[in-house]
Amino acid sequence: MKKKIQLTLNGKSTSIEVPNHRLLLDLLRDEIGLTGTKEGCGTGDCGACTVYLNGKPVNSCLVLSGELDGADIVTIEGLKIGPELHPVQKAFIQDGGAQCGYCTPGMLMMSKALLDENPNPTEEEIRYALSGNLCRCTGYAKIIQAVQDAAVMIRNKHVQ
Amino acid sequence: MLRLPEFNYIQPRSLKQATKALADLGADAMLVAGGTDVYPKMKRGQFTPRHLISLRGLRELKGIRDSKEGLWIGAGESLTTVSNHRLIAKHFPALAHAAESVSTPQLRNMGTIGGNVFVDTRCNYYDQTFFWRQAVGFCMKKDGQICLVAPGSSKCLAIASSDTSPVLVSLGAEAVLVSRQGERRVKLGELYRDDGIDYSTKAKDEVLKGLLIPKEALGRRNVYLKLRRRGSFDFPILGVAATMDIDERGECRYASVVLTAVASAPKIVPEASTLLQGKKVTKELIDTVADAAAKISHPLDNADMDYWYRKRMAKVYTRRALESLAGLDSSA
Repeated sequence: MKKKIQLTLNGKSTSIEVPNHRLLLDLLRDEIGLTGTKEGCGTGDCGACTVYLNGKPVNSCLVLSGELDGADIVTIEGLKIGPELHPVQKAFIQDGGAQCGYCTPGMLMMSKALLDENPNPTEEEIRYALSGNLCRCTGYAKIIQAVQDAAVMIRNKHVQ
Repeated sequence: MLRLPEFNYIQPRSLKQATKALADLGADAMLVAGGTDVYPKMKRGQFTPRHLISLRGLRELKGIRDSKEGLWIGAGESLTTVSNHRLIAKHFPALAHAAESVSTPQLRNMGTIGGNVFVDTRCNYYDQTFFWRQAVGFCMKKDGQICLVAPGSSKCLAIASSDTSPVLVSLGAEAVLVSRQGERRVKLGELYRDDGIDYSTKAKDEVLKGLLIPKEALGRRNVYLKLRRRGSFDFPILGVAATMDIDERGECRYASVVLTAVASAPKIVPEASTLLQGKKVTKELIDTVADAAAKISHPLDNADMDYWYRKRMAKVYTRRALESLAGLDSSA
């Protein structure tokens, strides 16, 4: 059964007709064309599909479109601040926090969520925040470094 | 890629509508709240409902509040909310820790405490894709006839895997269940059955509305220790929840130990109350309770790590839990 839903996607109000059982991940990638969000495991283990649903990071591979009427969704495409990349994006580029890049959108979403709440996290807090995001290439060292550097960028910006 | 099969999705606007839909649709329907266990299992063909009744957004299932009877936790509250809640962190650190130890930050934002309390039992032969299970000939929990862990067993031996339920049982929590017939309150511990398939005594037409931790549990010390291979995220392969009340003379007024992942239901260790209550807690008494915990633990070769190791660790973790509550910490 199809249902018309109204949602805010990356700050813009959008209306779309979707089958109730269509997953948010498939809605984003196949219907709307926002392919930055990736499908890894499809069972909520890897975090590659992380988006914000009403301000909280969730696995979009396990959210039904039928539940989204009135929801506020932010995807990796909505992370930029105007024309500029977000500090977590800049830091991942600067530090080589990505290799194959498949897990990177999810890593960035979780990193930003962490830094929004805690702009000065310890390494343990970063590892804890990213515990639901699996990377099979990097060994995590450069990812952790990138989050630490992004934290410095954000703090310095606030000081200025 | 694992795809979600088609189904009929029902979004009731009230608990009354949800219980009516559940009663009307019977065995073809399943409840879903956070969906973090239901949807992966539908993708893997472990759950095959024709109708899904969503509990998401039902206001009756929300709220954590202090009442004259105790602490009320709505079944629809997310695990993140439970683990961060001020009253829970203050009075029931074991519950906050258990909720925080479930899966990943993203899944805790989605998954609910009600879903975790009645989360499906797990087994290495069951928690696999359809193709994997087909290749080994299926097990009795889904699509097959025999138990692949113990082919002579007449019942399914999948293990209880909730982190929050042993804590809630050890705190003496009650569950409030709602059906078309009305509401009933029952001790949470009575809602489990040691059967991997039919692991709950909750009636099929009942919805868990919430959990009540009784007033007398306030002030009792409590702890939850979880064994798993990865500290980041994993289901428990052993969980020990302990609650204890010690008076000013050092005498134990109340003690409860509940294990998870050692059977198909949370296991109460009766010796915790029979041996400790009314006595001064000593290391020797704790050792005896820990021995009893290991004795009633029957881990099998159907979860991570060796079963003999998990049985040994039931003793070690029970001892550590009780020693920490009694202030008799040892590094052993």
